[in-house]
Amino acid sequence: MTATDLGLPTLGGLDLVPTSDEPQKSKEYKSDQEVRWCPGCGDYIVLNTIQSFLPTLGLRRENIVFVSGIGCSSRFPYYMNTYGMHSIHGRAPAIATGLATTRPDLSVWVVTGDGDALSIGGNHLIHSLRRNVNLKILLFNNRIYGLTKGQYSPTSDQGMVTKSTPMGSVDTPFNPISLALGAEASFVGRALDSDKKGLTEVLGAAAAHRGSALVEIYQNCPIFNDGAFDVLKDKDEAERRLIPLKAGEPIRFGPDGDYGVTRSAWGGLEAGKVSEIGEDNLVVHDPTIEDTAYAFALSRLGGQDLQQTPTGIFRQVSRPTYDDQARAQVQQAAEAKTPDLHALLRGKDTWTVT
Amino acid sequence: MSTSPNGTGTEPLSATRPTEISRLDRVVIRFAGDSGDGMQLTGDRFTSEAAAFGNDLATLPNFPAEIRAPQGTIPGVSSFQVHFADYDILTPGDRPDVLVAMNPAALKANLADVPRGGTIIVNIDEFNKRNLSKVGYDSDPLEDDSLSAFEVHRVAMSTLTQGALAETGLGKKDAERCKNMFALGLLSWMYHRPTEGTERFLQEKFAKKPDIAEANLLAFRAGWYYGETTESFATTFEVAPAKLAPGTYRQITGNTALAYGIVAAGQRSGLPILLGTYPITPASDVLHELSKHKNFGITTFQAEDEIAGIGAALGASYGGALGITSTSGPGVALKSETIGLGVMTELPLVVIDVQRGGPSTGLPTKTEQADLLQAMFGRNGESPVPIVAPCTPADCFDIALEATRIALTYRTPVLLLSDGAVANGSEPWLIPDVEDLPDLRVTFASEPNATDGSGEFWPYVRDPETLAREWAVPGTPGLQHRIGGLEKQDGKGSISYDPDNHEAMVRIRQAKIDGIDVPDVTVDDPSGGKARVLALGWGSSFGPIGAACRRVRKNGLPIAQAHLRHLNPLPGNLGDLLRAYDTVVVPEMNMGQLAMLLRAKYLIDVQSYTKVAGLPFKAEELEGVFTDTITAARKEATL
Ligand code: SF4
Repeated sequence: MTATDLGLPTLGGLDLVPTSDEPQKSKEYKSDQEVRWCPGCGDYIVLNTIQSFLPTLGLRRENIVFVSGIGCSSRFPYYMNTYGMHSIHGRAPAIATGLATTRPDLSVWVVTGDGDALSIGGNHLIHSLRRNVNLKILLFNNRIYGLTKGQYSPTSDQGMVTKSTPMGSVDTPFNPISLALGAEASFVGRALDSDKKGLTEVLGAAAAHRGSALVEIYQNCPIFNDGAFDVLKDKDEAERRLIPLKAGEPIRFGPDGDYGVTRSAWGGLEAGKVSEIGEDNLVVHDPTIEDTAYAFALSRLGGQDLQQTPTGIFRQVSRPTYDDQARAQVQQAAEAKTPDLHALLRGKDTWTVT
Repeated sequence: MSTSPNGTGTEPLSATRPTEISRLDRVVIRFAGDSGDGMQLTGDRFTSEAAAFGNDLATLPNFPAEIRAPQGTIPGVSSFQVHFADYDILTPGDRPDVLVAMNPAALKANLADVPRGGTIIVNIDEFNKRNLSKVGYDSDPLEDDSLSAFEVHRVAMSTLTQGALAETGLGKKDAERCKNMFALGLLSWMYHRPTEGTERFLQEKFAKKPDIAEANLLAFRAGWYYGETTESFATTFEVAPAKLAPGTYRQITGNTALAYGIVAAGQRSGLPILLGTYPITPASDVLHELSKHKNFGITTFQAEDEIAGIGAALGASYGGALGITSTSGPGVALKSETIGLGVMTELPLVVIDVQRGGPSTGLPTKTEQADLLQAMFGRNGESPVPIVAPCTPADCFDIALEATRIALTYRTPVLLLSDGAVANGSEPWLIPDVEDLPDLRVTFASEPNATDGSGEFWPYVRDPETLAREWAVPGTPGLQHRIGGLEKQDGKGSISYDPDNHEAMVRIRQAKIDGIDVPDVTVDDPSGGKARVLALGWGSSFGPIGAACRRVRKNGLPIAQAHLRHLNPLPGNLGDLLRAYDTVVVPEMNMGQLAMLLRAKYLIDVQSYTKVAGLPFKAEELEGVFTDTITAARKEATL
C-alpha cells in the first residue's frame, strides 16, 4: 500500500476535527487557573496570542488537546480551557503521538522548550518530525533553563556564564530549525513572542498543515536570560536583522528592502546588498521545495548571533503522515479480514479431547 | 504399503517393519545442535506432532543470545527440549531421556543432563578431529568408553541427507542443511508420531521456494525411512494420548497466548488498542504477533525507544484507547518515569515485562524472576502499581485479560510479569469460549461531576467503591480538564502543593491499589490437610514446584502447594494461609524477592530457596528441597 492511494496529502491538518458553529471568544480558551509565570515573561504574550488565535479555527474546543513536557513553558496546558496533559520531561511528543494516532478527531498541540525538546526529549522530537505525525509542536526557545533557575541550555550561547557554567559554557548550541530540517520535518516555522501578527500567521499555517509542524518561538526569559532577543525587537536593529519569509516573493530585508538573499558560490544562500546582487538574482521564497537543502540554507543564514534572522515559514511540504497511514493499515486489515476472535484463538492445528 | 527410500512419493508414511514397541507414559527429548542447525524449528515441529497426537506437553527452548555464535562451540549450542506424556505434566522435564546431538559441542554441553541408560543419537559426520578439539575433546567420545553408560546411536545424518538429496540438484552445502529434518524424521518414526502436519508445514513454509520445500520433505522422509529400514533401531516407543479435560486444544507459546489475550482484551472491552513498544528479547514476539492482527483494531507502534513506546501507550489511554507496552527488565527501567506518570494521572495502562536474566543486559535469552521488586518499587515516590504474573504459557492469555481488567477498572498502570520460560515455552491450551471471557466494557465520563454543584468537571472525583477516578476523554463536551505529573488537589484536580492534600492523595493512591479485588489463593493438598509444609511460588516456577510436590507426595510425604498470580495486592487470605503451616518454603529464580515481601508484610519467616542460573528449576532439585524441609519440620515438631 502506498499513501498516494489514500490521497492523503490533500487532507488538511484539521480536516478530521469537528467544528463548531458557535462563534468563539478568546476568553473561552482561558482556564480558571491563575497564570504563574514571572512578570514580563514572554510566555504571557504567546499564551495570549494562542488564546486569540484558536477561536479563529472554529474547532470544537473539546477536540483540542495541549500536551507539554516539563519546564516553564510546559505549564501552558493548565492555562488553556481545552483538554491538556502536563507530562514528564521531554516526552510530550511521544505521548502526543499515541494520542494523535488513535484520535484523528483531535487537534493535538505540543508545547515544549529548548531544554525539554532539544535536550532530554531530543530523540522524541526528531522521531516525531521524521514520522510526520499530525502534531503541532511549539518550541519556546529562551536559550536557558528557567524552571531549574538558570542553567545553560542546548541553545545557549557558547561562553555564556550561567549558574552551572561559571567559567562560560563550552557547549556548541543547536540551531533548532536546522535540526528539524535534518529530521525531515515537513513544516518548519519561526516567530518572535512579541510579534503577534507573525506568530499568528505561522500558527495558522501550522494548524492547516497535515503532519508534524515545528514552530520555533523566540521567547524572552526576563529572569535568567533577559534580552536574549532584544536586537530583534529594537526597531532599527530588527529592520537590519529580520528576514521575513513570504512565499512567492523575493527575499528582501533591511531599511527600504535594500538587502536581499541570493545563491552563494558553493550552492547555498547568502545575504547581500540588492544593489550588488541585482534584483534578478534574488531568491524567490518557496517553502514547498522538496529538497530540504533550500530550507536548510535559509536556516543557516541566521546564526546564534541573530545577525540575520529569517522568520516565517521555512518549509511546508506535503507528505503522508504516520498516523494517517497507521490508521489506514488498521482499516485495510479490518476490511480484508473480519475480526473473528474465536477463529484466531482456534488457529490452524487443533485436536479435540472427548 | 512400501515406498522406496529414495522415492519422492507423497503417500503417507506408514511403518511396516516389525519392531518391539515399548509403551511409555512420558518421554523427554532434547534436540541439540549448533545455533545454525535449526534445532528450534525441529523441536517445535516435533512438539506440534505430539500435540496433534493428543499428548500433554511442555517445552523449553534454550538458545544463545548471539544470532550466530561461533560455529561448533559450546556457547553456540542451541537446544529445544520437549516433554510429552499420556497424563497432565507440569514441566518441560528435568533430564532428557533422549538427546539428539548434532555435533560434539551439543554432546558436550548436554551430556551431563542425560541420565545413565538414556539414549543418545549423534550425527557422526560432525565428529571429526577439528570439531572435537574445538570443544576440548582429546579423544572421540564415540570411540572411547566414555558413553558406555548410554545407549548410543551413531547416525551419519549429514551424509545420509546429502545422499537423499543427491538428485535434487541442490548444492552439497544446502543439502546438508536439511539434516535437522532428517533427525526429525527419524525421531518421528521412533515415537510413532503423525507426520502429515510436518509435511504440510514444510510445504507452506517454503511455498515460495518449491525446491527447498522438496529438499526438506525428502530429508524428513529419509530420516523416517532410515529408522524403518535399518535394524539398529530395534525398539520404537508409544506414548498414548493424554486424558485431558474434554474440549478443543491447540498448542501455544506464552508470548502468543499473551498477544491473543491482548486481542481478546480489546474485543471484550470494545476499545481500540495501541501497543507502544521497542524491540527487546524475549518480548519482541508479542509485538510480532500483535502486528499481524491489526484487523482487530490494534495499532502497533514501534517507537524510537522504550520511553516513547510507553509514552505513546499512555497518550492513547488518555484518548480512550487501551494503551499497552511490552518489554523486558531493562526496558522497564527506562519506562519507570512514565509508569509514575500513569500512577499520578490514574490512567489505564498495561506494562508487560517478559523478564530475563539481569542485571543490566544480563542474559537476554535466559529466564529469571528478578524484576519483582523493580515492578513493586522501581519508581520515585510512593508509587504503587498492581502486579500480576502468569504461571504457565497458556495462562499468559488469562493474565493479559486480568491485567486489563485491573487497569480499566481501577485506572492504573498494571505490571504484568511474564518471563523467558513461559514466554518461549509451550503447552496444550484448552481453547476458551469467547462468550465465557470476562466482560471488560468501560464507561467514559459524560457529565460534569463536581461535588460542589458548580457544574464543572473534576477529574479526581472517585468511585467510592474502587476509588478509581472518572475517565473523561478528549472530545467530550463540557469536561475539558488538565491532568499531569504534579500533585493534584483531591477531587478538583488542580495543582496542589498543600501538605495535607499530598498526604491524603498518597494514601488514596495506595488505598486504591490495596483495595483491588483479587481472588483468594487456593491450596492444593491431596492429603486432606495433613501437610505441615506449604510450597509457595509465583510466575513460571508453578510447573517445577507442582511437579516436585507430586514427587514428594509419591514418596509418601504430604506437602501443600499454593501459587500466586497476583503479587500486588496479595490475595486477602494469604496471611492466614501462611500462618496455617509450620513451614512455608518459597522457591524463586531470584535472591528471594517474594520472600522479602512476605516477611515484611506478614512477619512470617518464610524459608526462601533461590536459584539464579538463567534456567527454570528442575523438579528433582525442588523435590530434594521440599523433602529436606518436611524432614526438618518433622524433627522440630517431635523435639
Ligand atoms: S523563569 Fe523565565 S521563562 Fe520561566 S517563567 Fe520566569 S521569566 Fe518565564
